Amino acid sequence: MKRIVISWRILIATLREIFDEAAYTRFLNRAGMASSSETYAAFRREFEEVKVRRPKCC
Amino acid sequence: MNKPLKILGWGTVAVLGAVAVGTVALHRGEPINALWLVVAATCCYALGYRFYSRFIAVKILALDGLRATPAERLENGRDFLVTNKWVVFGHHFAAIAGPGPLVGPVLAAQFGYLPGTMWVLAGAVFAGCVQDFVILLFSVRRDGKSLTEMAKDEIGRVGGFVAYVAVISILIILLGVAALIVVNALKSSPWGTFTIAMTMPIALLMGLYLRRIRPGKVLEVSALGFVLVLAAIWGGQYVSQNEGLARLFTFSAPTLAILIMVYGFAASALPVWLLLAPRDYLSTFVKLGTIALLAVGIVALHPTLHMPALTRFVDGTGPVFAGKIFPFAFITIACGAISGFHALISSGTTPKLIARETETRMVGYGAMMCESAVAVMAIIAACVMQPGVYFAINSPAGIVGQAPAAAAATISGWGFPVTAADMQALAHAVGEQTLYNRTGGAPAFAVGMAHIFSHSLGGETLMALWYHFAIMFEALFILTILDAGTRVARFMVQDALGHVYKPLGRTSWYPSILGTSALIVGAWGYFLWQGVKDPLGGINSLWPLFGISNQLLATVALCVATTIIIKMHRAKYAAVTLVPLGWLVVVTFTASWQKMFDPNPRVGFLAQARALVTGPATGATGRLIFNNRLDAAVTGVLVVMVALVLVESGRQWWGILSGTRATPVKESPFVRTRLVEEQG
Repeated sequence: MKRIVISWRILIATLREIFDEAAYTRFLNRAGMASSSETYAAFRREFEEVKVRRPKCC
Repeated sequence: MNKPLKILGWGTVAVLGAVAVGTVALHRGEPINALWLVVAATCCYALGYRFYSRFIAVKILALDGLRATPAERLENGRDFLVTNKWVVFGHHFAAIAGPGPLVGPVLAAQFGYLPGTMWVLAGAVFAGCVQDFVILLFSVRRDGKSLTEMAKDEIGRVGGFVAYVAVISILIILLGVAALIVVNALKSSPWGTFTIAMTMPIALLMGLYLRRIRPGKVLEVSALGFVLVLAAIWGGQYVSQNEGLARLFTFSAPTLAILIMVYGFAASALPVWLLLAPRDYLSTFVKLGTIALLAVGIVALHPTLHMPALTRFVDGTGPVFAGKIFPFAFITIACGAISGFHALISSGTTPKLIARETETRMVGYGAMMCESAVAVMAIIAACVMQPGVYFAINSPAGIVGQAPAAAAATISGWGFPVTAADMQALAHAVGEQTLYNRTGGAPAFAVGMAHIFSHSLGGETLMALWYHFAIMFEALFILTILDAGTRVARFMVQDALGHVYKPLGRTSWYPSILGTSALIVGAWGYFLWQGVKDPLGGINSLWPLFGISNQLLATVALCVATTIIIKMHRAKYAAVTLVPLGWLVVVTFTASWQKMFDPNPRVGFLAQARALVTGPATGATGRLIFNNRLDAAVTGVLVVMVALVLVESGRQWWGILSGTRATPVKESPFVRTRLVEEQG
């Protein structure tokens, strides 16, 4: 049972990383802000500079 | 587990693998079950990972779990970040998995299921996984440096320059070919076009939801978007049945090509948060879900392969693309066996997330194994169809003729029986007007996938939905690659132009954004237009060009890896990268030579140009002659540049081994990790 819980947590963590939710949480923690439309817009501005330069494979 | 049990367990895997590979390789006559391919692949990957990657990790790379990685030393909460190894694995796999491992194996299935399967298994275990693993580790030891930077540091300026040009070239050719695959999948298909068109408003809705309603809840909105896409696929059938609506969403190939170029330009030049970021999330969501679904489907339903092990087209007369099994099977299948593009990702985001050096084995070698498994699934999807159907879908009109009866007669004449009535019934079953001449691999893959699932979930009645689901899945993430790739190429060009005139390097200066976007879209748009107007369907000339450029980039990556291994005083093990490098050099240089100079007009670009010069002239002849000469020139330039890297690398190796050259290993200094102490 414990293994299933751990596996589930890792799966969710992986999906959160792939879908940038974890990056947003880190941004909020770093900036000490609560989630809102404005902070999400600020996150996207900062994040897109990094994200759009990442190559994606064929 | 004690030692005898381990030996017994791995011995069993080895025997099972040998039996499965032997069955796949030697079975002739009756159709074979797809499970043999699954078992062969699973055993090969397990043995490769357990023994070969461990050998590389211990004997050559000497992975050090006590050495702090850049994720730990340079952690900034943005790109450098200590991350759980499974999370990095998933992230890395999501970045390397694209349409390549689906399309290449489908096209190479014209040789039969055997060549593709063998190349995918051997190529991945001995070349592709090794490349991804060693480049990832070397980048980790160099603060996450890119392949281009490592090539410049380790081989010299020539290496860095060639790597840069190779990356730009491969991006442009890839984007042109990828767009062509979408065009061929959506032309004259109101259902497919409607579904893809609907992803735009769905993405806009997702963007607004993320921004205004539930900021940052990407997984939630992706699931919502996925449900809406499924609804669009469902609704597409009513669009295709309604005459007025069907006319609205029915486009010719040239019109679709223009629309995609306009989309690519807008995607590159406009802010990303509203449309592109949500589309990217939606595409990733669909991609991961569909790959998992396909894997489960193939294992659970274990369909029978109707394609023979080897077809008569190993002699180079194939209708899907011209050229003999050697070297073209190894050029056509790139991403499923070895892909130079992966070296960019292994030296991009991933090395900045790795917590411990020892994890590079699982992430680099392991994720490429999964990519290879996707290629095996694509081979299965292509080979479950009756061969006659496969060739009817994938053969251009220039080879088999325009009329259904003529095409069916030509293909049946090759020994792969198919009738016009069969094809009409199949087209009707999947909700299309016709399935003839749907070159590019995507429609064939979609038919194969629909065929597999229609034998279980929903039966024949849902075949059209499965087909359009597969088309949507491929088109969606090819379009995502188009917009992401155009942006990446734009940034690379802007970085370079910034050295000439500073404002051109500013990514927020609109004249530069518009100019460089137009330049990149114009470049891949030219190749797309060339493919659309090509009487042989475009894939015949452009896919080999893409395969050659991708494998040439892998050659550069393996040159870098071999140089570093020799500098690390591990020359006696250099064969680990040198053998795949030698193989790729032979394959890519032979393929390039044949594509340029083969006297057969279907194979050689220059022979095709000569045939056009001497043949009857039409309005398009001049352009076709120019296109063929351009393709030959592009191939020649790429080969010459990679030859320069090889010569430069060879000089380095000779200098190091003969003791006439200093061998500084340009790694970051050793810093002991704090993670181990913290964990006790």
